[in-house]
Amino acid sequence: MRYIFILIFSLFSPPVLGQGWEDQRLFSNGTSSQTLRILSNTDTRFFAPIIESFLATQPSLSIDYLVTGSADLYDIFRTSPAEFDVVISSAMDLQFKLANDGYALPLNDIVHPNWAQWRKSLFAFSTEPAAIVINRNAFKGILTPKSRQDLIEALRARPETFKDKIGTYDVRQSGLGYFFATQDARSSETYWRLTEVFGSLNARLYCCSGDMIDDLISGRIAVAYNVLGSYALGRTDAQSEIKVILPSNFPTTMMRSALVSRETRFPTAARAFIQHITDIQADGEKAAAFPLPPLDQTAKPLISLGPELMTYLDILKRRTFIQEWESAIIQ
Amino acid sequence: MIEVGQISGSLRKRLIITLIGGGAVLAVLIYLIVRTYATQIAQQGQDSILGASVTSILDAANLRKGDIEIDFPYASFSMLKTASDDRIFYAIYQDDKFLSGYERLAKMNPKTGTGSTFGNTIFKGANVRLASASRTLVGEGLRTELSITVAQTRDSLNGTLNRIGQNVALFGAGFFLLVIILAFWATSAAIAPLARLTSSITRRGPHDLSPVISPVPREMAPLVFSLNKLMGRLDQSLTRSEDFIAEAAHRVRTPLATVRSYAEAMLQRVEKEENRRAMRSMIRAVDESSRAAGQLLDHAMITFRVDNLDRRTVNLSELVTDLVIRLTPIAEMRDVQIKLEAGEAIQVSADVILIQNAIRNLIDNALKYAPQESVVDIVIVANPRPEISIKDEGTGFPNEEMHILANRFERGSNSESITGSGLGLTIAQDVAEAHGGRLSLSNQVKGGACVTFSF
Repeated sequence: MRYIFILIFSLFSPPVLGQGWEDQRLFSNGTSSQTLRILSNTDTRFFAPIIESFLATQPSLSIDYLVTGSADLYDIFRTSPAEFDVVISSAMDLQFKLANDGYALPLNDIVHPNWAQWRKSLFAFSTEPAAIVINRNAFKGILTPKSRQDLIEALRARPETFKDKIGTYDVRQSGLGYFFATQDARSSETYWRLTEVFGSLNARLYCCSGDMIDDLISGRIAVAYNVLGSYALGRTDAQSEIKVILPSNFPTTMMRSALVSRETRFPTAARAFIQHITDIQADGEKAAAFPLPPLDQTAKPLISLGPELMTYLDILKRRTFIQEWESAIIQ
Repeated sequence: MIEVGQISGSLRKRLIITLIGGGAVLAVLIYLIVRTYATQIAQQGQDSILGASVTSILDAANLRKGDIEIDFPYASFSMLKTASDDRIFYAIYQDDKFLSGYERLAKMNPKTGTGSTFGNTIFKGANVRLASASRTLVGEGLRTELSITVAQTRDSLNGTLNRIGQNVALFGAGFFLLVIILAFWATSAAIAPLARLTSSITRRGPHDLSPVISPVPREMAPLVFSLNKLMGRLDQSLTRSEDFIAEAAHRVRTPLATVRSYAEAMLQRVEKEENRRAMRSMIRAVDESSRAAGQLLDHAMITFRVDNLDRRTVNLSELVTDLVIRLTPIAEMRDVQIKLEAGEAIQVSADVILIQNAIRNLIDNALKYAPQESVVDIVIVANPRPEISIKDEGTGFPNEEMHILANRFERGSNSESITGSGLGLTIAQDVAEAHGGRLSLSNQVKGGACVTFSF
């Protein structure tokens, strides 16, 4: 059953390596001479206002904004780093590995908090928690879960209601999903119990949060686990259908980050763009005018930018993790 | 006149250069030693963390159904976090077969069970420090060797080293500065007694030959001892010769007086003009000798007094007026008029006897050389310094001899017809110098000599 879903999704999702993008938009005022190519896994609607405000200050530039999944993004960029000027991704571990492996251009004069950058080459600019998003209708009459533990109990109590109604990332496909899963697993054993419950309820696996939220709104699934809260809240049209819950015991929080390709053709423009994003996002007041959540300056992140992010990217570690995950979710 | 002798090098310079040179060598040595030591320690710090990381990965390895499984902890990498965000690389090999990590990372071949081995290499364009270790895993019918290499860039280490290097360099520079200050201080402290001795000898009067009695450091004692001995001998021989001259002059004067009185008596009795002339020449010669003897005595007396000046406040005008009155009879004998221009009272601190003697000699000279029916002008001025000028209308000083006339027994080439010992100017000059003044000789434009005695 699950494989059919994957098949359906793979038919719908465009063949990324053939340079077919999930989304592509050219921001230009027609007179520009340079075109910055930005490779991103962030939905265009989140970035369009930021890009437009940037272009307002840099009329000679235009920006080609290319969207793909985080894992694909990592592969594409590693194969052809000269094709892109700026890389934006929510998968911290993959971004970190790009910087560690020398794909990022150090920008020594960017002003940014020390904990939110690595080697002056990787800049984190938003703080976004992974959330449990529920369909309000499905939880009518039931106490809304506040934590993972609550969720496990709620699901166990009504397996017939939630059978086939759970959605979560396919960690084999989604870089961000894998990142969230490994961080969850690192933090608590609850993750494995939850995954086992998901497996017993025949959870649907998604490559991307967009699809997951779509299905949640339509009522096809009742619970989406580890979805980016910002994405769910971004769907303002559907706030009456869905509810975003940040797990109270330990929210897994990710920082979206950007780097400039070492082989960029326009280092000055790319640098200016990074400065523009970090300026906006590090300032709560400025960021309020833009759809992306700001960089949370008040609390240091639980997951920081550091070499430990590479732990779960190890082939052996990943193989072990995926095996465990598969044995838990596929029953 | 004063000869310094040959100067070869400088004690002060030699001392300072030796001390500063030594300080510089020490500062450089300190810098090198501390830096090397700090580098070792910092390197050990990085090595131990790399080693711990390698060990933690090795420890997590186990064989499951013939497959290697390494569920290494998050800490394996998080412990490698540094302030400079160093990059990390790693590689996992099973019996030389690459399993995971960065394939091209140089693989060192550590021996099993000997702990980690360390080395430096360049990976992905960065200088990295790497640690390797290996472990033998034994499973069902399988024996395999697992080796792990973890590498880290050296930015943080280099940052630390640079900081240490800077601090140590600053420390070395400070040390060197201190050495320079100390060198100057030590040198002047060492040289000071020498300078003190020099100035105490320089400050002495021209005839002070007393031994040095102020305490000197042990190293200078032989020098001072020799100096004192030399001065003692000099003093003795000087005194002896002065005494001898005084004694001789005294002994000559008495028989001369006797000879003169007999010659005078004889002159009364001799009638023959030829003999009378001879007698007169004899009396004149005796006078001359007696006068010379007198001046020799004067000179000896002055030499003695000059060393022990008996300074008192003297009214110069009064003193000169007195002398002029006393010398007026002699002037009248020669038909010379003495004209004195003295203003108000001029007070000087001086040895009265010496001044009297000197001025009398000068007026005496002027009277001797002044032609008949002429005037000797004596002018006393108070400003800018007290001065007495004595001018006559004679032939003046011979120009080419002016600078030697004040030497002992030196007489002008135009003075053959005039009695004199050649000591008058010497006495006046000695007195002037003993009072810190000087005696200057010149000729007036209208003719005649001018001697100025200034304080």
